[in-house]
Amino acid sequence: MWSLNKISDNIHHWLNQQFSPTWALIFEMVIAGICVISLFAMLGLILVLMERKVSAWMQIRLGPNRVGPKGIFQSLADTVKLLVKEGMTPDGADKLLFNLAPFIAMIVAMLLMAPIAFAKDFQLWDLNIGVLYVSAVSSIMVISILMAGWASNNKYSLMGAMRSGAQIVSYELSAGLSILTIVVLTGSLKISDIINAQADGWWIFKGHIPVIIAFVIFIIAVTAETNRAPFDLAEAESELTAGFHTEYSGMKFALFFLAEYVNVFIVCAIGATLFLGGWMPLHIGHWQAFNHVMDYVPSSIWFFGKTFFLIFLIMWFRWTFPRLRIDQLLNLEWKYLLPISMFNILLATAVAILGWHF
Amino acid sequence: MFIIDYLKEVGGAVKSLLKGMRRTGYYFTHHKEIITEQYPDNKATLNLAQRFKGEVVMPHDEKNEHRCTGCTACELACPNGTIKVITQFVMTPEGKKKKAIDKLVYHLELCTMCNLCVIACPSDAIVMAQTFEHSVFDRSKLTKILNNPDSKIMDGVE
Repeated sequence: MWSLNKISDNIHHWLNQQFSPTWALIFEMVIAGICVISLFAMLGLILVLMERKVSAWMQIRLGPNRVGPKGIFQSLADTVKLLVKEGMTPDGADKLLFNLAPFIAMIVAMLLMAPIAFAKDFQLWDLNIGVLYVSAVSSIMVISILMAGWASNNKYSLMGAMRSGAQIVSYELSAGLSILTIVVLTGSLKISDIINAQADGWWIFKGHIPVIIAFVIFIIAVTAETNRAPFDLAEAESELTAGFHTEYSGMKFALFFLAEYVNVFIVCAIGATLFLGGWMPLHIGHWQAFNHVMDYVPSSIWFFGKTFFLIFLIMWFRWTFPRLRIDQLLNLEWKYLLPISMFNILLATAVAILGWHF
Repeated sequence: MFIIDYLKEVGGAVKSLLKGMRRTGYYFTHHKEIITEQYPDNKATLNLAQRFKGEVVMPHDEKNEHRCTGCTACELACPNGTIKVITQFVMTPEGKKKKAIDKLVYHLELCTMCNLCVIACPSDAIVMAQTFEHSVFDRSKLTKILNNPDSKIMDGVE
């Protein structure tokens, strides 16, 4: 069976034979960087097209179907268009911050790629506080949005950015608490430990009620954190034109756009890792034959399948639910999600201590 | 009890959201529901909605008779003066003078397809047609006379 970790091991051995360990490490870093950047580009192309197709089919439309067979080159054509467009900087804008903001958004998205396990033993950095790292670094995202909104010198941008600040800061809480549910059950913050704990069944099945509640809250909270409808108050097309990226054009706009989709991918990957077992195949208790059949499917396929299922779920939300007002949004967090997730973490702790999970 | 109401509220919200997701999920999986018309490609088999409003027309039957009495209800109902009813008096066989339309002038360039004239018409003389390719090179071609030349009012329509 081919697997991604064998390829990476081969490259690692070959580089160590050819060069000194320092140079081998530098080359590995470069290769990892190139891989992450090309993954970003692929994700941007695939997710934008997927979103447009999903939205079209859910609204009884056809969606892009002209560029290439069934419209599969539509997002490529759009990318070319954005690349050749002029990147304007408005006169009254704070030039440094305005030009820096999209890159911070991208850097945050790149940093978040580090602890994600894409396949069995295929992970950039398996640090022992992986989950904490993810929730800490993803909060930096709000800085890029605030920076973009402030530097644009535009009232719409500023309002969008301020709303986004209120939204992301409050939804971090319930996202963090629902992540804690899994940490409590696993007893570790390390991503590989969390995945290995799900070898005999995913947490969403093993942890039953508290984990299902945590999963629902996690999905709602990350939808809000990535500023997607029904919580797209930072963009708010209908009242703020485009929110924090109103003044952006060309490739700088594309970076924000890409960062949004990459963030969606990352939060879905984290969700898949915590609740659906990451790259772990579907194993049911002691059904040996069934488990062996499932092991034949490559672990990267399991990971991407689960992640794309969650991405589809979030897209489904976006194209079904009506948008929330800012007060309704904060009500939902502070009056519903936060009390429920606080109660839920108590429940999960009880389940973990009393051993009521499978 | 407060906590019961609270949980009922949460349950109701989840239920209604799932209902919405079921609907969109149905549309996502059933592509035959798609209503998009790929217009220039399927010009021959275009399938327009029943209530599509293209322009106002006056249907005539095979004897070149229409149902318009010239009451000018449509002209009064029109919010932007799209319709002008020009009436004349014709002699009935009994030797009486009777009001009838000479021309029903319709300015397509002013029409907003609001359908108010069709609703106002007491004798259902005008309807909305489904034609929509209205581009012309001369603006005067958009001023149409809806009744056919030498057409008469149908018998029994007062």
